[in-house]
Amino acid sequence: MTAVWVAVGLVGLATVALKGAGPLVFADRPLPRTFGLVMPLLAPCLLAALVVGQTMADGRALVVDARLAGVAAAAVALAVRAPLLVVLVVAAGVAAAARAVGAA
Amino acid sequence: MADSPAIRQLPREGLVAGMRAVAPIAIAVLAFGASFGILARDAGMGTVAPIVMSLTTFAGSAQFAVASVLESGGAVAAAIAAAVMLNLRYLAVGTSVAPSLAGGKLWRLLVAQLAIDESWAVSQRDGRVDRHRMIGAGLVLLIAWCAGTVAGVVGGSALGDPSDYGLDAMFPALFLALLVGQIDGRRARVAALAGGLIALALTPLVPPGLPIVAASAGAVIALGVRA
Repeated sequence: MTAVWVAVGLVGLATVALKGAGPLVFADRPLPRTFGLVMPLLAPCLLAALVVGQTMADGRALVVDARLAGVAAAAVALAVRAPLLVVLVVAAGVAAAARAVGAA
Repeated sequence: MADSPAIRQLPREGLVAGMRAVAPIAIAVLAFGASFGILARDAGMGTVAPIVMSLTTFAGSAQFAVASVLESGGAVAAAIAAAVMLNLRYLAVGTSVAPSLAGGKLWRLLVAQLAIDESWAVSQRDGRVDRHRMIGAGLVLLIAWCAGTVAGVVGGSALGDPSDYGLDAMFPALFLALLVGQIDGRRARVAALAGGLIALALTPLVPPGLPIVAASAGAVIALGVRA
């Protein structure tokens, strides 16, 4: 049980520090100019990486499973300019259906 | 998202806009909070520790990693290392939030904790983070995540595995939808392409969490192309 609390405490502290480091260091001074230039590009960059990771990564393996079917369906919904809620429901529905028919 | 940048949102409107933006995904977060609670209980983490972890760490993948390692009898150090690697990206995310925060240092530190992938992603406006949107979105997700965790450790989930309902596909679908809104020029396109390719290429090669950290180099690469 002590081990559990050590893990909870240390991971919690590390996460608070990781999220808070930038805001604390740059509380009284502006971000370096380079970072200011890079920042607007961080959103498209990390979003694309999140899409890839959450669609195809399973630990260290790249897998094609029901998530990919769901995200592909979401892409179609986005292409026909469906509202966000519809996009999300389509993604979940298609992934659930793919899983139900055994596409893993 | 289509609002003119000239329209200055009042804080309250920003908070509500952020809450609305994550409302659909909050259902999935609630369900995964319950699965984390169940896994954590099965891993022998008790009832209080998982709830404290959801409140303080507030990051799904890292928490699942800790519970999975402990459940399979792995070393605590391995669980911590895996979780910290999974959360390394928050160094970049937190720093990108920094210029949007206001107030004293303790307040900034607290508000920065509400920056998770989803709240950060839905509060992007004109190349920076709208802190009121992020606070609204982050609070809704924190409540959903913790409520789900409590339900999971106390009562289990009436739903079963959220993946059976395809809820796991909602997260990449949300990020894809937000990504489409971000592709507004050559540099953004290159940044997205580079970020996605780096993540894809590194996934089989390095421990989980590091591909996305390396992918942020895509933003620097994109600076090299003409805007």
